Amino acid sequence: MTHLDDSVQTMHSVPEGSSAQVETTEEIRITTPENVCGMGHRMKRKEDPRFIRGQGRYVDDVKLPGMLYMDIVRSPYAHAKILNIDASEALAMDGVVAVITGKDLEAAGGLHWMPTLMSDTQMVLPIEKVVYFAQEVCAVIATERYIAADAIEKVYVEYDPLDAVVDPFEAMKDKVIVRDDKEKKTNHIWHWEAGDKEATDKVFADATTVVKEKMHIPRIHVSSIETCGMVANYDATMGKMQLYMTTQAPHAIRTVFALVSGLPEHKIQVIAPDIGGGFGGKVPVYPGYVICAVASLVTGKPVKWIEDRSENLQADSFARDYHIEAEMAADADGKITGMRVKTLADNGAADAAANPSKFPAGMYSICTGSYDMKAAHVEVDGVYTTKPPGGVAYRCSFRVTEAVHMVERMVEIMAHQLGEDPADFRKKNFIQPDQFPYKSPTGWEYDSGNYPAALDKALEMIDYRALRQEQAEKRARGELMGIGISSFTEVVGAGNSRDFDILGIKMFDSAEVRIHPTGKAIARFGTKSQGQAHETTYAQIIAEELGIPAADIEVEEGDTDTAPYGLGTYASRSTPTAGAAGVMAARKIKAKAKKIAAYLLEVGEDDLEWNMDRFQVKGSPDQHKTIQDLAFAAYTNHPHGMEAGLEATDYYDPPNMTFPFGSYICVVDIDKGTGHIKVRRFVAIDDCGNIINPMIVEGQVHGGLTQGLAPALYEEIVYDEYGQNLTGTFADYLLPTAVESPKWETGHTITPSPHHPIGAKGVGESPTVGAPPAIANAVVDALWHLGVRHLDIPITPEKVWKALRDAGVSD
Amino acid sequence: MTTRKKITVTINGEAVTREVEPRTLLVHFIREDANLTGTHIGCDTTSCGACTVHLNGSAVKSCTVFAVQADGQSVDTVEGLANGAELHPLQEGFWEKHGLQCGYCTPGMMMTAKEFLARNPDPTEEEIRWGISGNLCRCTGYNKIVEAILYAAEKLRESGKEAAV
Amino acid sequence: MIPGEFEYHAPSTVDEAVALLDRLGDEAKILAGGHSLVPAMRFRLAQPAHLVDINGIDDLAYLREEGDHLAIGAMTRESALEHSDLVARRYPMLADAGHVIADPLVRNRGTVGGNLAHADPANDHPAVMLAYGATLVAQGPGGRREIAVDDFFTGLFESAMAANEILVEIRVPAPGAGNGEAYEKFERKVGDYAISAAAVRLTMSGNTCTAARVGLTNVSAVPMRSAGAEAAMAGKELTEEVIEAAGQAAAGECDPSADLRGSEAYKRDVTRVLVKRAIRKAMARAQGGAA
Repeated sequence: MTHLDDSVQTMHSVPEGSSAQVETTEEIRITTPENVCGMGHRMKRKEDPRFIRGQGRYVDDVKLPGMLYMDIVRSPYAHAKILNIDASEALAMDGVVAVITGKDLEAAGGLHWMPTLMSDTQMVLPIEKVVYFAQEVCAVIATERYIAADAIEKVYVEYDPLDAVVDPFEAMKDKVIVRDDKEKKTNHIWHWEAGDKEATDKVFADATTVVKEKMHIPRIHVSSIETCGMVANYDATMGKMQLYMTTQAPHAIRTVFALVSGLPEHKIQVIAPDIGGGFGGKVPVYPGYVICAVASLVTGKPVKWIEDRSENLQADSFARDYHIEAEMAADADGKITGMRVKTLADNGAADAAANPSKFPAGMYSICTGSYDMKAAHVEVDGVYTTKPPGGVAYRCSFRVTEAVHMVERMVEIMAHQLGEDPADFRKKNFIQPDQFPYKSPTGWEYDSGNYPAALDKALEMIDYRALRQEQAEKRARGELMGIGISSFTEVVGAGNSRDFDILGIKMFDSAEVRIHPTGKAIARFGTKSQGQAHETTYAQIIAEELGIPAADIEVEEGDTDTAPYGLGTYASRSTPTAGAAGVMAARKIKAKAKKIAAYLLEVGEDDLEWNMDRFQVKGSPDQHKTIQDLAFAAYTNHPHGMEAGLEATDYYDPPNMTFPFGSYICVVDIDKGTGHIKVRRFVAIDDCGNIINPMIVEGQVHGGLTQGLAPALYEEIVYDEYGQNLTGTFADYLLPTAVESPKWETGHTITPSPHHPIGAKGVGESPTVGAPPAIANAVVDALWHLGVRHLDIPITPEKVWKALRDAGVSD
Repeated sequence: MTTRKKITVTINGEAVTREVEPRTLLVHFIREDANLTGTHIGCDTTSCGACTVHLNGSAVKSCTVFAVQADGQSVDTVEGLANGAELHPLQEGFWEKHGLQCGYCTPGMMMTAKEFLARNPDPTEEEIRWGISGNLCRCTGYNKIVEAILYAAEKLRESGKEAAV
Repeated sequence: MIPGEFEYHAPSTVDEAVALLDRLGDEAKILAGGHSLVPAMRFRLAQPAHLVDINGIDDLAYLREEGDHLAIGAMTRESALEHSDLVARRYPMLADAGHVIADPLVRNRGTVGGNLAHADPANDHPAVMLAYGATLVAQGPGGRREIAVDDFFTGLFESAMAANEILVEIRVPAPGAGNGEAYEKFERKVGDYAISAAAVRLTMSGNTCTAARVGLTNVSAVPMRSAGAEAAMAGKELTEEVIEAAGQAAAGECDPSADLRGSEAYKRDVTRVLVKRAIRKAMARAQGGAA
């Protein structure tokens, strides 16, 4: 694996001219009529007819003749030697076909270990020992789901329990070694730095105010309502392995399977059917998938594996779990001058994060956020513990959530410390609109932004000054109300291929657009929607470019036999990468169509101009050929010597990331008796550049906000000292319902990305990233006058109650 | 092996007769025996509501009812919502108002909403939020689900269909 | 998560059900709403060899006032309480509970009798019925007998009922003059068990409390009344000081365990706060009439 110990991350450079200053507007640009439904239209989703009729097809809906079912025996210990596995009683049961152990996988060609996306290794099934609670120990294959469930009770595993190490700070002491399979007997995985240490130290030496805070961004879980699962269907005659799978990245998964299993890649077909939510949790390869595929190979029959919710919560990849120590410096004018950050990243029993290879801490160094400062230095250390592996980017771009939470909390603390209004303090310290493209002290080049515009709009929408007045009056009466702001900057759309890859596969993405003779189209992409409405937005993008009605464009993804190769959907990368590829493919088609138009109209190409859905002769618009005319001609009457057909493929390699941003304001009321926090109002202004479908953008923002509310106030994976997961069901892992989730108030500004072909930036994750600090800041704002500086999320009522009672406040 | 029991459940108006183990969960009977896969499974603890169907007109989590308990009774699922090509106002509302994203919680959400609107045809937003509080959605943040149900409520009131719900 | 195997029995009368229970003994469990039992079976925490399903017994679901009490058939679904005008008008504490037990779908299936018979201190009806001073009617091979709610809960998940008895009816004393009652629950989110909850029924004469019963949810191993809180109020004018004393008495008397819902200290203090709030609400209701 890649060891980055003692190495300093050198940041990538961005080609000149890829970023430029752009104007900010609020008006959504619409250039096509409703029947075409290009960009900006609130088009109803093309995928919905099947979902509202219960006709969606998810992995568990796949039924194949003769299909067997797999269930998994899991470890009751977080750390234990395996002494013996006795499956004889299970094997003797009617309907039990096979039991697969680590030794079986070893014999099958060393399949008991697999690589993680971070070039670490992870057990598929253990032989020597288990390293986390609920780890897969062996699998039972049976003719019926119910029999498999009975049979796992009849597999007797003898363990010799070892000490667990749950706390990452303890793990750093190396008293208990989690991965004794490794050469280096240490739990320390890697050390990573960004920024200029010397310059940062100097800024801190010169500062007039320094604030410092420790915070923990807790371990959480994506908890898509559909769990993970697979139907593996090996056809021994044709040597073909078909894998229906809950995956966000089918193509990359196919490659990984080919490399791990030795099956030729053309004989592996990964099909991601409808996916019931992904949020980053369906990017990794979990042991269950590999065992299921092996089970089909071994039995020669289709095998289905569907996780239970408790398995999903206890063993699948977690997110976050960063222990942060942050410092912020400011000068006498109240200008932020620098940040210094040290972080311990608890990776569990393997580094199975889903970061681009060169970025073991993802985009965490974006942590200077929306603020202009002279210097910053960030250090992160990765560590193993006896907890499930992971570190997935849960609805965020690789560790941006952690970075944004930290900087927005620090800005808030600094503002309070200096006695300045948090909104005014932010405005004073923002990167100003004329500073874009902006080079951050940790090496990022922000493409475009207008932070004051978004904050001003939010302040106005919520009537900030009136709220401050109300707060002062309430405080005088002893009532607790808080107002919290978060003005975040995201970094999404990985990536450019120089800097971003996963296991060496560059992070481009792809589109293949084919126009049929009658002017209808099919477009296939390398990404995979899990609810983001790609079937609609991609169709709208192509409609915008070619004037073919979006209703006439079929969008397909997720079948590796038909779709072009791509890295998949996560980190808000679909629109920035595959969406851009769709634009570029459409433009290639348009270029060919122009040649056909010139031929049909008997004019030179230079005499033609494009008008929404047609080429027309300049100055003589009556002389024209529509895209439908040209499509028909491409198959029936194309110029001699020209290849027939009208289709194009594009593999888009973005020149830079895109940097969506926004300002959120949250108002909370606090119950002095119980510590209960009521989110009374929440205004979210997002700027994701040009908007493709405002209705879908609103939906993405609402959903992300609830997923930001969740870790702020409710969700956390909790372990006891033995490494047992105490929050392994939805009874204790608390997803907000419609009652906890407030009525979100949303709005937008539009600052296009200068380097994206349609100026879009990606939006699905901004709210998950931006919301938690707005809520945390609101709670602390309500309590600051009582001496409270910081509360770790999730801010449970008990944490508030304790802070209140410590301050002598009761009810 | 326990005694299997022959049961007949009327699902969306059609009788489905099978021999089942007593422990067969109603949700599995619907999905596996009746092949109606619109009813989903999202948890083990009666928390998520993805499996919501109507049992004799009452919205229940079908993961917490045994199929044998539905013997001789009627079950309605998402597949029975539309009347042929004509969508139920809830289906229209969810489509029109973008009340779904991944679609996984949607059938359960609509079945809950259907019973809720039968009891409360002119609800406030707050009442809707409490009404669907037994159904988890991870995608939408609930705003647009609430709008979808308000849309359906209005449609149903206009068409005077409340009694028929 | 698949339950283990069991034999299924669906009696159509209480007598039949009792006969089955008598015959099957400890191997059998009663299946009412099933919303505690079925999840436990799915996790194989409960693996009964026989289930006696009493959902087919028609005459166990009713809500009606009979003389001096409200008679609730044990198989009455929680949602029936929630949507009952009679309950809303005459028994507001029961209505309070009816809105906060689990979630609306669970309430459609869960039963009042099951919620009580399970004898789970985390359930809401035990505290409510303790505060009402309800009478529970059980039927066994020897016929029916009445059990005062104060004698009903004997341990964690243990009640005074024998294995061959079925809870058939709950009798809630009708409100008298000066009655005021309320249930205040605080939960982590909708659908959760209470961090703590307080059920309070008062009889008021002007501002003076002539009688009080206080039940607490999920702050003890066995569903409990707070005798201290009741004594703090009985015969007194309910000033803020008296209310605080009642809250403090309950906080001191309860015996919560630390878990994900909070520390012991937190639960005690929340109990204090909720008891006070329930008292104030009960007083207001007493002064504002039956509702």
